[in-house]
Amino acid sequence: MTAGAKANVVPGLCLTVISAVAVLVALAMVFLYAPREATMGEVQRIFYFHVASAWVGFFAFFVTFLGSIGYLAREERRWDVLALSSVEIGLTFITMTVVTGSLWARPVWGTYWTWEPRLTISAVQLLIYLAYGMLRASIEDPQRRARFAAVYGIVAFVTVPLSWFAIRWWRTIHPNILTGRGEMALTPRMVHTLLASLVAFTLLYATLLWQRMRLEWVRDRVSAIRGAGIGDQ
Amino acid sequence: MVYLAAAYSVFWLLTFVLVFSVWVRQRRLERDIAALQDRLEANEV
Repeated sequence: MTAGAKANVVPGLCLTVISAVAVLVALAMVFLYAPREATMGEVQRIFYFHVASAWVGFFAFFVTFLGSIGYLAREERRWDVLALSSVEIGLTFITMTVVTGSLWARPVWGTYWTWEPRLTISAVQLLIYLAYGMLRASIEDPQRRARFAAVYGIVAFVTVPLSWFAIRWWRTIHPNILTGRGEMALTPRMVHTLLASLVAFTLLYATLLWQRMRLEWVRDRVSAIRGAGIGDQ
Repeated sequence: MVYLAAAYSVFWLLTFVLVFSVWVRQRRLERDIAALQDRLEANEV
């Protein structure tokens, strides 16, 4: 391994270890530190990772939004790489949010799914960002693909504020943790656990983004070498 | 308790799927790089 390659691996490795420890600490707090909620019981503990994964999903799509603007402004590949990498992680975490939310809803609401505003927008958001990948896969020319994806990444971001404000603008049964409306009122220990989960998930996002972007940089290097004619001989 | 276990399993499963997919793609690229290196060495000989 060259010195340059080593310099790239070390921060990634440190970030991986730190985020793994943070996730384990958050997990321990969820099960050992946070109190048992009086009304919902043990199933309320889903809430900590559910909210944290929703936060990362929204943040990842925001980074895609910024990357897309960056690409349209500068037309530099690194902005496209940032946007593309972040979408993949955002999709994973929003899927996590939807599934864990459904698993929480079954014992609390009596159903896995209901077509109320927040849940409906989340489902639509998931499909919209899945289509981002399809759009990229359907365009051959790299510059055209990046430009189209950037425009799409900016437009698709509208689903994030829509989802955020859905529980404030419309009548919904989804709990609002900031106002304490719905089934939930948080004790200080619950707030600490939620904050630990948010920090852990943000670190996990940074690690995954770093690894995903590295993959794309290496892919670009291989394509460049091939383009130089070495692979064709 | 079943729902709680299922929800946390989903977290681990999806994280694993994402990490595994990145790892698979990295391995594929490493194979490509090794193949390119072999061709380069063959050209030099």
